[in-house]
Amino acid sequence: MHDMSAQAVHHHAPPTSFIWKHVFSLDHKVIGKQYYAMALVAALCGMALSWMMRIHLAWTNAAIPGLQLLSPNGAPGGVMTPEYYLQLMTMHGTIMVFFVLTTAPFAAFGNFFLPIQVGAEDMPFPRFNMMSFWVTFTAFLVLMASFFVSDGPTLGGWTQYAPLNAVGSVAGPGQGMGVILWMTSIALFCIGQLLGSLNFITTTLDLRVKGMSLMRLPLSAWAWFITSCMGLTAFAVLLPACILVILDHVAGTSFFVPSGTVMNDQLLPHSGGSTLLWQHLFWFFGHPEVYIAIVPGIGIVSHILITNMRRPMLSQRVLIYSMGALAILSYMVYGHHMFVSGMNPISSLVFSFPTLVITIPATIIVLIQVFSLYGSKLRINSASLFALGFISMFVSGGVSGFFLAQPSIDIMLHGTYFVVGHFHMVMGVAAMFGIFAGTYFWFPKMAGRMMNETLGKIHFWFSFVGAYCIFMPFHYLGMAGNVRRYSTFVDDYLQPLIPVHRWITVAALITGAAQLVFVYNLIHSRFWGAPAPDNPWEGTSLEWSTATPPPWDNFGGKLPVVYHDPFQYGVKSSVGDYVMQASPEQVATEHEEK
Amino acid sequence: MATTIHEPPRIDQDRLPEKGHTGNGGRGNFVPSGGELRETLDYSPPPSSTAIWVVLFAVTMMFAAFTSALVVRKGSSQDWQSFTLPPILYLNTLILLLSSVTLEVARRRVSAFMRGVKSHAENPARWLYVTWALGLLFVAGQYVAWTQLRAQGLYLATNPSSSFFYVLTVTHVVHVLGGLGGLLYVIRKLSKSALRRNAMVATARYWHFMGGLWLYLMLLLWFKL
Repeated sequence: MHDMSAQAVHHHAPPTSFIWKHVFSLDHKVIGKQYYAMALVAALCGMALSWMMRIHLAWTNAAIPGLQLLSPNGAPGGVMTPEYYLQLMTMHGTIMVFFVLTTAPFAAFGNFFLPIQVGAEDMPFPRFNMMSFWVTFTAFLVLMASFFVSDGPTLGGWTQYAPLNAVGSVAGPGQGMGVILWMTSIALFCIGQLLGSLNFITTTLDLRVKGMSLMRLPLSAWAWFITSCMGLTAFAVLLPACILVILDHVAGTSFFVPSGTVMNDQLLPHSGGSTLLWQHLFWFFGHPEVYIAIVPGIGIVSHILITNMRRPMLSQRVLIYSMGALAILSYMVYGHHMFVSGMNPISSLVFSFPTLVITIPATIIVLIQVFSLYGSKLRINSASLFALGFISMFVSGGVSGFFLAQPSIDIMLHGTYFVVGHFHMVMGVAAMFGIFAGTYFWFPKMAGRMMNETLGKIHFWFSFVGAYCIFMPFHYLGMAGNVRRYSTFVDDYLQPLIPVHRWITVAALITGAAQLVFVYNLIHSRFWGAPAPDNPWEGTSLEWSTATPPPWDNFGGKLPVVYHDPFQYGVKSSVGDYVMQASPEQVATEHEEK
Repeated sequence: MATTIHEPPRIDQDRLPEKGHTGNGGRGNFVPSGGELRETLDYSPPPSSTAIWVVLFAVTMMFAAFTSALVVRKGSSQDWQSFTLPPILYLNTLILLLSSVTLEVARRRVSAFMRGVKSHAENPARWLYVTWALGLLFVAGQYVAWTQLRAQGLYLATNPSSSFFYVLTVTHVVHVLGGLGGLLYVIRKLSKSALRRNAMVATARYWHFMGGLWLYLMLLLWFKL
């Protein structure tokens, strides 16, 4: 059926030894799996840290078994000190933002599927691609190593605000070697992601197969392309910022430490640095990072919904433009993270306006997805459920963003759990649901076996209900004035809120346990799942045109030719209600968007 | 929506590879191999022409971040002390600009060699060696500039102005070293008759960019330090 007109052209031979086949592999598919495995380990680490924090918040004096082994000083007798709580919080945020939300939806799925979806045999620079993963993995190891230095990891939060990030151990445990390791880790991470972005951009622009115009790319491919453009800009700015902090630490420079800074009764020998400078550099990266985490999810769930709705989105073109608008606007809004930094109120106004404007493309995306769903006969499976969950979380978390976009309200809420609830839902849980949706959808192609659908649905309902039970109360806590980053709530006005924290902790423990069902499903299906057919979901894009799992060169030596858009569903063809992109079959369709 | 019938794909002919290759490669991208002019290898070249713009964009963003840090740092405090730039920097500037000229000569000669022009058939890498030597001379000159500053008592942490001087110049030299590595790659591939034109063009663009970037840095340092 498929017109495979090209000849075998793979430009590096398949490796035969274990090391070059599975460890230092040049194959984008292996690299994608490596990213996924690393993200899975990182997610479990991040979740374990959140469990410990939640237990401590709900039952402050409870001993957590084994914690004293991780840090005898930070958790004597298993009860964590306030400083150690902050250290765990910092590591939770850093691990989840960088090594899970950035790597899994973008680097893992993107590496595996972008070349296949554009019809290429590999990324154009496979060695850079391999380096991208191993540099990122080294960054992860460097970060985790900070658990094992004398005073533990840094306690400065994932934002690492100056001057605490630049003055050394006088600022508290972990602020010496812990910060240096954190900055080194993130600098390495930036290099890894820059190498990855280079490959993603060139793959999309230069390796599209015959017939694959830009508008014929699946939405997931568009999302990875837009994300790589964002990453290229954002990580190229964070890298020098990290270098400057490291120099403040080890070389005695004064980029970020103001003169006359006294900390713990010590006058610091720095002069004239700017604390706001770090915030500007960090948030120029930091806000686009939110979209680096979420835009791949938008693309992935759109791709999944189209396949399961058996119809295209209302407008593929508008959805693509909206993702592009999110990317561009994300650089204009970063100052809304600094409303309480003492910046000029006029600057706050300047940043507030695009912050409200960016809700327009986000709303358009959601409306297109929701109205496309209206009237469709959606196939309910684990992937489509998590795709629906993604929309739900994105909307629920996004609505609270309207409030935070206004400086006068943000000043009241910024230091409270309201913000914690907001970003966990819109960025954390939504992106995680995108990862889960992508896993259930693409696992058959990646592993050659089907995942257990019953366990997948159990996983979804526990995760969906659990996420709301955890993060919606955060908004209430914030409005009640519950300050974030406190390890204990000893103030009188916070005492009535402790039952809410206990509720959240129980919900977090149950929801976290449900993730172990997912891990079990993943591992069990990998080895004992039912063999997957080439096209289990009756999809149209090129990944479903090739064998399961895809061969070394993706298309068995012959490149496909693309004749159609990737959303030709609801038609009458020789194979059913869809036409694959690589099928030359001409059928009457109602959808054409070039 | 109107009902339509799909037409066969419409492809930009310039991007269609002749042998079904991926990418935008085609004939004429390779140095003669095995004595046969215009012989192409079995696969299309990597899209280095796009990649080099991506790399240059990332480098631009990096130096833009350093620049904004310099501007903010200088404007936010009273401890900024200006100093005179080491005179050797002007000589280094000339050397780097001259290396761009020699690289352009080299690129044209290699290109003519690839087209089979016999007058350039002998040792087309000569000007590449000259460019590489000039690049190395630039790096050595920068090292001399650092030693001259050190002799004046201006170290990395002495003052924010000296801090930025070292950070900017060292970062630039690291990128120049990357360019020198690229030149070595080009020379090696040329010696094996396996050089792709895209690789030559990409390396030249990167090297010229390093020259332009250095001019920008010189102006920045001259006005701001």
